Amino acid sequence: MSAITTTHEAGAGHGAAQVKRIWKAFWILLVITIIELILGLTIYFIDKQANPSETMIHFLKGVIIILSLAKAFYIISIFMHMGDEIRNFIMSVAIPATLFIWFIFAFLFDGNSFKNLRNTDAGSHPAIENVQPHTVPVIKEGEKN
Amino acid sequence: MDTAVAKTRSSWWNGGRSPFNVSYGKLMMWYFLMSDSFTFGAFLISYGTIRFSLNSWVDHNYVFNKFPFTGEANLPLAFVSLMTFILIFSSVTMVLAVHEGHRMNRKGVEKWMILTILGGLAFLSCQAWEWTHLITSRHEVLVDGAIQYWGTTTSHNPWGPQVLYNGHLVATPGPVAFGGYFFGITGFHGFHVFSGVVINVIMLIKTSRGDFDKRGHYEMIEKAGLYWHFVDLVWVFVFLCFYLI
Repeated sequence: MSAITTTHEAGAGHGAAQVKRIWKAFWILLVITIIELILGLTIYFIDKQANPSETMIHFLKGVIIILSLAKAFYIISIFMHMGDEIRNFIMSVAIPATLFIWFIFAFLFDGNSFKNLRNTDAGSHPAIENVQPHTVPVIKEGEKN
Repeated sequence: MDTAVAKTRSSWWNGGRSPFNVSYGKLMMWYFLMSDSFTFGAFLISYGTIRFSLNSWVDHNYVFNKFPFTGEANLPLAFVSLMTFILIFSSVTMVLAVHEGHRMNRKGVEKWMILTILGGLAFLSCQAWEWTHLITSRHEVLVDGAIQYWGTTTSHNPWGPQVLYNGHLVATPGPVAFGGYFFGITGFHGFHVFSGVVINVIMLIKTSRGDFDKRGHYEMIEKAGLYWHFVDLVWVFVFLCFYLI
């Protein structure tokens, strides 16, 4: 225990500077969230138009994803003090996390492939038109599901 | 000279000290959180796969558009932004508690821990309201040529594509997977918030008993803080995947 130096506080000191850094990260997170909400509402209003622009909606969603990754970076780096740890330790967490890149691409492409199979006769299952809709239990107003 | 440099460079791994410059407990908390992030990641990616594989999904701006005490007003994103602000704020109070712990200031730790716990409880209350609203409110759905009234549950989804019926637009049943993924993932996240609140309450009790002053350091507050920030981190992605895109 004694051999461990509290690197967190070493850079910014124990006093007001560290508190200032924390509040700055808070304001950054708040502002990014508000921008995300504005973009989310923009998508809502674009979607309500007669001819919504798919490209614009995809672009705005892409921006929101990048902003979320920025939020994740601030939470990990400042709030969780990861930015103040030594490089070896950061890498021992960051390198396994890069598996997510493969994860996301592989599975979303897989999902897209499922959709193509669902909509055509290419797969081993019949096309969606030929599937009998399963019956659902009748529920009247006021009843519990 | 050269040997001296080499010795300094490799000294992290020469034994006698933690090569990562962190205590065992904190290191293991990080690795636990990494494994937990893979659990959440697997859930969210599975949700993405199913969403990509279906021809229609629900429009989140119509599912999540209610706010407590405003009746039927159409307020997309309003309630979930309140929940997000609560969680960000409780994250900043937690990191301030950790900071006071470094300064060995027991009163400061207590103050910020109480605010963090209140933030966590506020978030859980919001989630309870949202779940109740989704499950108990009824929506017109056209099923097998007749109108039924459905709530949003793991077996019923009244948010499918709309069709014309007797001159007005009525929704048809949407993909059942929506309820399962929504309640499953927000429920798993909510359970993390709940256990985080329990851990924080225990830490508050230990702080006020003076346990950490006796021990000489407030590292337990730091470990609880790591867990609490992770809960906030996961919410960033739950918020992104269910309410924004």
